[in-house]
Amino acid sequence: MTTTTANPDDFHGSHAHDDHGDHLPGFFARWFMSTNHKDIGTLYLIFAIIAGIIGGSISGLMRAELAHPGIQYLHAWAQMMDGPDASLDQAYHLWNVLITAHGLIMVFFMVMPAMIGGFGNWFVPIMIGAPDMAFPRMNNISFWLLIPAFVLLLGSTFVPGGTGNGAGTGWTVYAPLSTSGSAGPAVDMAILSLHIAGASSILGAVNFITTIFNMRAPGMTLHKMPLFVWSVLVTAFLLLLALPVLAAAITMLLTDRNFGTTFYDAAGGGDPELYQHLFWFFGHPEVYIMILPGFGIISQIVSTFSRKPVFGYLGMAYAMVAIGVVGFVVWAHHMFTTGMSVNVKMYFTAATMVIAVPTGIKIFSWIATMWGGSMSFKTPMVWAIGFIFMFTVGGVTGVVLANGGVDDVMHDTYYVVAHFHYVLSLGAVFGLFAGFYYWFPKMSGKMYNEFLGQLHFWVFFIGVNLLFFPMHFLGLSGMPRRYPDYPEAFAKWNAVASHGYEIMAVGMLIFFVNLIWSLAAGKKAADNPWGEGATTLEWTLSSPPPFHQFETLPVID
Amino acid sequence: MATAPQTLAHRNRRTMRIALLVAIGSLSMGFASVPLYRIFCEQTGFGGTTQRADAATKVNVATGHTLSIRFDSNVTPGMPWKFYPEHRTDTVTVGARDMAIFVAKNMSDKPVTGTAAFNVTPTQAGAYFTKIQCFCFTEQTLQPGQEVRMPVLYYVDPKILDDPDNKDTQQITLSYTFYPVENGKKPS
Repeated sequence: MTTTTANPDDFHGSHAHDDHGDHLPGFFARWFMSTNHKDIGTLYLIFAIIAGIIGGSISGLMRAELAHPGIQYLHAWAQMMDGPDASLDQAYHLWNVLITAHGLIMVFFMVMPAMIGGFGNWFVPIMIGAPDMAFPRMNNISFWLLIPAFVLLLGSTFVPGGTGNGAGTGWTVYAPLSTSGSAGPAVDMAILSLHIAGASSILGAVNFITTIFNMRAPGMTLHKMPLFVWSVLVTAFLLLLALPVLAAAITMLLTDRNFGTTFYDAAGGGDPELYQHLFWFFGHPEVYIMILPGFGIISQIVSTFSRKPVFGYLGMAYAMVAIGVVGFVVWAHHMFTTGMSVNVKMYFTAATMVIAVPTGIKIFSWIATMWGGSMSFKTPMVWAIGFIFMFTVGGVTGVVLANGGVDDVMHDTYYVVAHFHYVLSLGAVFGLFAGFYYWFPKMSGKMYNEFLGQLHFWVFFIGVNLLFFPMHFLGLSGMPRRYPDYPEAFAKWNAVASHGYEIMAVGMLIFFVNLIWSLAAGKKAADNPWGEGATTLEWTLSSPPPFHQFETLPVID
Repeated sequence: MATAPQTLAHRNRRTMRIALLVAIGSLSMGFASVPLYRIFCEQTGFGGTTQRADAATKVNVATGHTLSIRFDSNVTPGMPWKFYPEHRTDTVTVGARDMAIFVAKNMSDKPVTGTAAFNVTPTQAGAYFTKIQCFCFTEQTLQPGQEVRMPVLYYVDPKILDDPDNKDTQQITLSYTFYPVENGKKPS
């Protein structure tokens, strides 16, 4: 962990002539043609919040329908979307559209833009003492590519996609459902949306790698970089290696759909299973892409609020590298039921379990960081502790599911849904909220409301646990995922889960109240509101930082 | 970076080029996986992919072990063929050649060309199930109402007896599915 001896006054000299450098461009030039990493980070965060509201509302629709057995609202919604004579089959298709949209929006348009585009853009250059990203214009393109991608995905909901309107393929877009099973332009639009979002992320990854390798301040060696920067560096490499494989896989889907190729069609000598291999070769690193920056954020926060450097800094950094590397050779644990020999299953089971080792290093190092520390339980810290707790629960069910034999039973049940929501909705999202509260004073120059922040945490924590924990029980008793209806036997825990959603939604309202109140009437934030535990470079700058920082590079000893 | 000092812009552009090359390499691997996956399956018998041998191949037939072979036949929905094996099961000596006959009949009033996809289960037997001659190697065209008897000449490689993963294999199911070959759509 870097301990800088730099203090804010060292930079005030440069602020003095910052004043003319701080000439803000006009509104349009500043926000639509931005080349400033902090402004682009802000745009990413706003985008992620909007996408999160849409994706979260879709899950609200799903929990409303699933609150009771039978079809409650789905048919009426289908009639709203597809016209008054929409059939029940079209209603079922609408369900598929909802789960697809929820998954794609949350993965590609909420978590990734917020973690990497938002916090990554804001704080990676500052934490390594760089004035900006290496390629500011490319940074701008990365963000603006997301807009057409998102519009394409949302627009696909209103055009035919087979049985009804919209792409109803699941976020995995498996062939043959996505090829011969989904006539109409909806799936083409969704695939193009993924192409564009992928291009955006690859450009972003190139930018981060270049920035981190070439633009560190004098003395900021790789082994002194804050762990958040390490996490974004590893994530950028995962993006660079994994996303092109997805691009190739879905390009072949497009040609299969439109140009008569048979890459995934057995009739022409292709193999639909190849798509699954390619998808998960991307898809498994993708889940680490979503969680690694969260690991980085949690490391900064735990260290700050324990007033100690992170325990085992090098182990923490290389644990992330190890997770990234091993993450590329475990993909077929998503495909245990496609018919594999025992040996192949054994390998993927063992390799998957190996990932628990570096992950365990991280969990125990966070705990060891807190141990004996002078802890203060400010809002970011309670979110960070919530993250550690909940991510561990998700990790444990992950080890259960890693067993090829167990997965034969659990595959595509709600147990899997519970597992990945514990690591994402209670892992990645807790990491996002932790980071948001931690850096909100720095980004906005205003303090958030501590009481509302704590209240948000507790309401949200209770809500999501009520929402997702019962899904373990549903999955263990055999409820399959991706259905709008279920037998009476599953009614109780589904009702509990839907009530959990309501509580979580109240928590989100508190968050937005806090956000608006703090922006409008929050107290002015000090340069470093967290005290001596906050040792990274962003706390040496003013809150909010000057439009251009580090015109004189800081020197790290 | 060992050369003369470069400007930051130079170094940045160089890093960007290397990173983009990595991404392009990854993209190429994505497409290259199509032939690589096929070769991998053919070489390893992965997913129950059967092996091919020519008629001159000699194998040890004096193994004394027998295996039951079950024949499974399917046509893709909408294909107007009847397709079935003359015998559902057969017992063969491991290593010995055997012939199975499948019957296909075109039930429509148009000529239909079909091609068959195939594999065996248990999938770990794929590496040992060897075909010398098979109707699935080529496309088959049936005139309206025409019925043909199509042979499969095959043997089970005696090496299967040394494979611990096939210790429990007592029956191998050979499965075929016929697909229509549409105009201009060539199976690979």
